[in-house]
Amino acid sequence: MRSSRIGGMMLAAASLWGMASASARAGDITFWTWRQEDRAAFAELFADFTKANPDIHVKFEAFAPANYNTIVSAALAAGHGGDVLGVRAYGGLEQLATAGYLKPLDAKTVPELANLPAEALAAESVRADHRVYAVAFASQTLGLLINKDIFAKAGVTPPTDWAGFLAACAKLKAAGVIPIANGTATGWMDEVMAGIFTGPFLGNGFMQDVVAGRATFADPRYVAALGHLLELRPFMPPGYTGIDYPTAQQLFLSGRAAMFAGGSFEIANFRKQNPKLALDFIAPPAPKAGEPQYVSKFFDGGYAVNAKSAHGADALKLVRWMGTTAYADKFSSLLGNISPIKGVTISDPLLAKVAKLNEVSVPYVMAVYFRYETPTGSELLQNGLQRMMAGSETPAQLGAEVTAGIAKYYKPFQKK
Amino acid sequence: MSGAGGRARTSRLWLAFLLAPGLVVMTMFVVWPLLSAFRYAFYGFHGLVPAGFVGLANFRDVLFAAPFSAMTLRAFEHNLIVFAALMAGQNGLAYLIAFALLKTLPGHRLHQVIIFLPVVLSAVIVGFLWQLFLNPLFGLVNQALLLAGIQGPPWLGDSTTALGSLIFTNAWHWIGFPALIFLAGMQRISRETLEAARLDGANDRALLRRIIWPLVAPSTTIVVVLTFIGSFNWFELPYIMTGLNGDPGGATDVLGLYFYRTAFGGVSSGLQDFGHGSALAVLMFLFIASVSAIVLRVLRRREIEA
Repeated sequence: MRSSRIGGMMLAAASLWGMASASARAGDITFWTWRQEDRAAFAELFADFTKANPDIHVKFEAFAPANYNTIVSAALAAGHGGDVLGVRAYGGLEQLATAGYLKPLDAKTVPELANLPAEALAAESVRADHRVYAVAFASQTLGLLINKDIFAKAGVTPPTDWAGFLAACAKLKAAGVIPIANGTATGWMDEVMAGIFTGPFLGNGFMQDVVAGRATFADPRYVAALGHLLELRPFMPPGYTGIDYPTAQQLFLSGRAAMFAGGSFEIANFRKQNPKLALDFIAPPAPKAGEPQYVSKFFDGGYAVNAKSAHGADALKLVRWMGTTAYADKFSSLLGNISPIKGVTISDPLLAKVAKLNEVSVPYVMAVYFRYETPTGSELLQNGLQRMMAGSETPAQLGAEVTAGIAKYYKPFQKK
Repeated sequence: MSGAGGRARTSRLWLAFLLAPGLVVMTMFVVWPLLSAFRYAFYGFHGLVPAGFVGLANFRDVLFAAPFSAMTLRAFEHNLIVFAALMAGQNGLAYLIAFALLKTLPGHRLHQVIIFLPVVLSAVIVGFLWQLFLNPLFGLVNQALLLAGIQGPPWLGDSTTALGSLIFTNAWHWIGFPALIFLAGMQRISRETLEAARLDGANDRALLRRIIWPLVAPSTTIVVVLTFIGSFNWFELPYIMTGLNGDPGGATDVLGLYFYRTAFGGVSSGLQDFGHGSALAVLMFLFIASVSAIVLRVLRRREIEA
């Protein structure tokens, strides 16, 4: 009698457990991303998709950016996860793709890949076999966001060369504003800032040399470029080593600082936070007047199909649609990001300007080439930059340190 | 079904039924992860899937191969500093506070609450709060210093003050806990003992050193062991206040952050590397478990002597 009662309770517990796992409708697919802020825009985008594909409904699920990689890889390892996944580019993508978690895409399954430029395809491919695993969604441009009002009030025109830039900073400082909002307390922002200001000094020649193994980061060109960053210190906020990313943003948004060295991904956010801000985006200064003002460029991430998706065909349809100009146009206008899809119309004048700046660009070197193995170039550089900007390390030491770290897995650096 | 045999079987069934959920949860969430971390530590990784047995290579890398070895050593040193500073600063002060509370001076109940209050806050709140307080431009601390005519440093951005700021915040957050344990230990000492010592002419200092200190030995054991484990598993506070990389320039990097960053990758800069991460986790576990065991043995012996 008693044992049958125990059995009954176990049965009840088991059935409750079973009911807890929700059942999904056929034709329902899920979309995973780390961009919680995009929810409203995607509601609109997915409504368009469902209009064209009435039997497919897409559910938007976002996770905290700091834990997104961990959540996705854990879910995929267990055979779960969204049907369509927002994935990072370069090394982050390669980790998921080589593990076999993502469905490879080709011209036959996703003819829309033809809409993407070669560098966008490369960003979402595995280096070993050049197979594409995701449709890139945005290119990001790194440059200077400036407050036009402050510049006008101080009587400063946006500088185009290094000497002019330092003079402009001095003038802004004399006018009582912080010339550059950036601090060094947030590691990834240091890498962004270094990318922006060293880009024009390095140019594509240096980048090609590094990729071909002809130069390392101990190269005099790179060390000299890092040295220029030290000249910016007087124009950063007081106590800049303790200024983190959110503080720097607030300094710029509140009009206490004239410039913010950052990415095009800030534009939409800055406008939302301070709609009255007279925002402009300019390229960093060239070494000398008349030389090219390279911005740094990289691809943010892409849309991939979960290899274990139970709705593979529907997921593929969604990814194909995300490779069309119709999607790209709306994506760019709703989210203020630059879609890499060829023939995209960018209606916003500032974004269109950024897209134009992209024509004179260098790759954001660590993200594009050295985030594939540990320790990544980014990790090494970010930590070292903080020390260099604080004065406890020289540019030459930093260059040597980054080179030695990367040499652990990158053969061309081992010989040097 | 009846009789003693039936009843015994039923009670055994009940026992199994009641134990099973706990056992399953323990196995799934404690034993299994521990064992799998142990196993992964011996594997190389190709992306996110184990690529093959590599023996002790991961351990060799994190302990002896550049640049990992330098990071491991740096993080370990920081943990040691944290432990020493918390023992001396946080727990030393807690001991004195406990004694002050023991004397039941006027208002001691209110003070007891005030001192214990931060302990109930979550580390996330405390970390965030102090990060704001220590902000070089808007922060409360530097604004207050400015009133006194002092330009404070960027506390969390300066490699000489960052770790100290974190330790201070930790002490602010946790000091009520050792104080409470010490106070409980002191309250267990019989009033006669203390009064006898007083009659023999012992002042506060002598009382604290000669009488109370040996008699609160069990409390000391708990405080030392918990502080040791806490210091070497330190994660939340540095993660919130100075980030996963132990900014600035690794000045606040500790084993917990280093392990997380290695195993799961940074926000945008790192990759997931379960092999090396697991090796670190295993080393941390072995170190903490063995040292805790030794410390416990030594301190327990001291309790008995006392």
